[in-house]
Amino acid sequence: MAMCSLEKRGNLFILTLITDQDVEHRLNPNLFTSIISALSKAKAQSTRGSALVTVSHGKFFSNGLDLAWVKAAGSNQEAQQRFDQLLHCLNQLVLAFISLPMPTIAAVNGHAAAAGVVLALSHDYVLMRRDRGVLYMSDLDLGIKIPEPFMALFRAKLSPGSTRRDLLLRGLKIKGEEAVKMGIVDAVHDGEEGVSEAAMKMADGLVKRNWDAQVYVEIRKGLYPELCGMLGLATEVIATPRL
Amino acid sequence: MCTLEKRGNLFLLTLTGDDQHRLNPTLITSLLSALSQAKAQSTRGCALITVAQGRFFSNGFDLAWAQSAGSKQGAQERLLHLVESFKPVVAALLNLPMPTVTAVTGHASAAGFALALSHDYAVMRRDRGVLYMAEVDIGLSVPDYFMALFKEKMGAASARRDLLLRGLKMKGDEAEKRGIVEAAYDSDGEVREASVRMGEDLAKRKWDGEVYAEIRKGLYPELSAMLGLATKVFASPRL
Repeated sequence: MAMCSLEKRGNLFILTLITDQDVEHRLNPNLFTSIISALSKAKAQSTRGSALVTVSHGKFFSNGLDLAWVKAAGSNQEAQQRFDQLLHCLNQLVLAFISLPMPTIAAVNGHAAAAGVVLALSHDYVLMRRDRGVLYMSDLDLGIKIPEPFMALFRAKLSPGSTRRDLLLRGLKIKGEEAVKMGIVDAVHDGEEGVSEAAMKMADGLVKRNWDAQVYVEIRKGLYPELCGMLGLATEVIATPRL
Repeated sequence: MCTLEKRGNLFLLTLTGDDQHRLNPTLITSLLSALSQAKAQSTRGCALITVAQGRFFSNGFDLAWAQSAGSKQGAQERLLHLVESFKPVVAALLNLPMPTVTAVTGHASAAGFALALSHDYAVMRRDRGVLYMAEVDIGLSVPDYFMALFKEKMGAASARRDLLLRGLKMKGDEAEKRGIVEAAYDSDGEVREASVRMGEDLAKRKWDGEVYAEIRKGLYPELSAMLGLATKVFASPRL
């Protein structure tokens, strides 16, 4: 069954996508619930100077929504309902990441497609493998429109306009080095170990800054006002900055 | 004025004649009609290529036509009319259910530049032609939907400032370097060929036109809203 685990190492939370049966780490209701629950736990246990790293193993980071589960529905109507449900879960997942009161890093060990890209980009930082894996917004090739607020996430995180166009409107499969050049990810590393170690190292650096959790999340939300508006996330003004 | 031709799976839109292809009511109507036709005849796996004949791609609105109104007020009204009637052209391009490529074969100025920028991809000549927002030099304000087009298509604030606020005449190499066009080519023949090649590569993907147009509009929400093309915000995509 698709699940994830949450581990705490000092101030560092490590979220691991583990699936015994699905190497593609497809996002279905179980995995969504598992991730959102883990984020909830991390939020509850967060302190000044926390950070979260998301890792996965094998050929895929996540290949997107579990469309097989959708299609296994008894009727077209039920399939649409299942799809709607997955989109709602994805919405909740993005919301949970954006409101997590600590820096977040995704260690993209392999292919990330569609909702898998959304998952990665919901993090503050994205590291990728140089030697393996592509980012691929498969929606256009599959003939599926991309609804808001996910478009808003892309508009918030990617620039310039030509990068958004190239990722979303061109069906490109983008390797690590190209993704860095395009500013979609922050850095590439060799090997699965390489990228997850780099993510941990980066997290340690951010933990050392000892940032106030509330301030961090409010500033993050302030960077993405359009997205937050759509997710129903109001920003709170912290009126007495520590001098 | 302009012609629409179908070549295989490519719609070829040509601004005809050796003149500046100034956007006046006649050309605008002609463009709208051509784009309407392309939309009506569109199928999976096609693309639009827009090119121009002669030295100019398009030098913008027909200010001479506006001024021939006879009075200052008349000229203002005509200019306003041009600004308003060109909006549906940009809207039609933004809504077109197929990838769009333009070969900027010569000078593209003001509304002519906006016409080029309304395409998904632009290629340009390196040896001839400039991109130029003349408004600041001639004392005209820039319409709000041009501003939205620039803002959403051109990420770099410095590029927008240089073009809009500085009246920079940008040649092909610089436009390529700054990401405003995909590539610059050495001759008229080469840039046209490149646009056709690009169109064919995109058409080969056989994308669903409606899905393509929706994703495109999602990239440019502010512009889409201004053009009355707002997509439904939380609609769940049909499987």
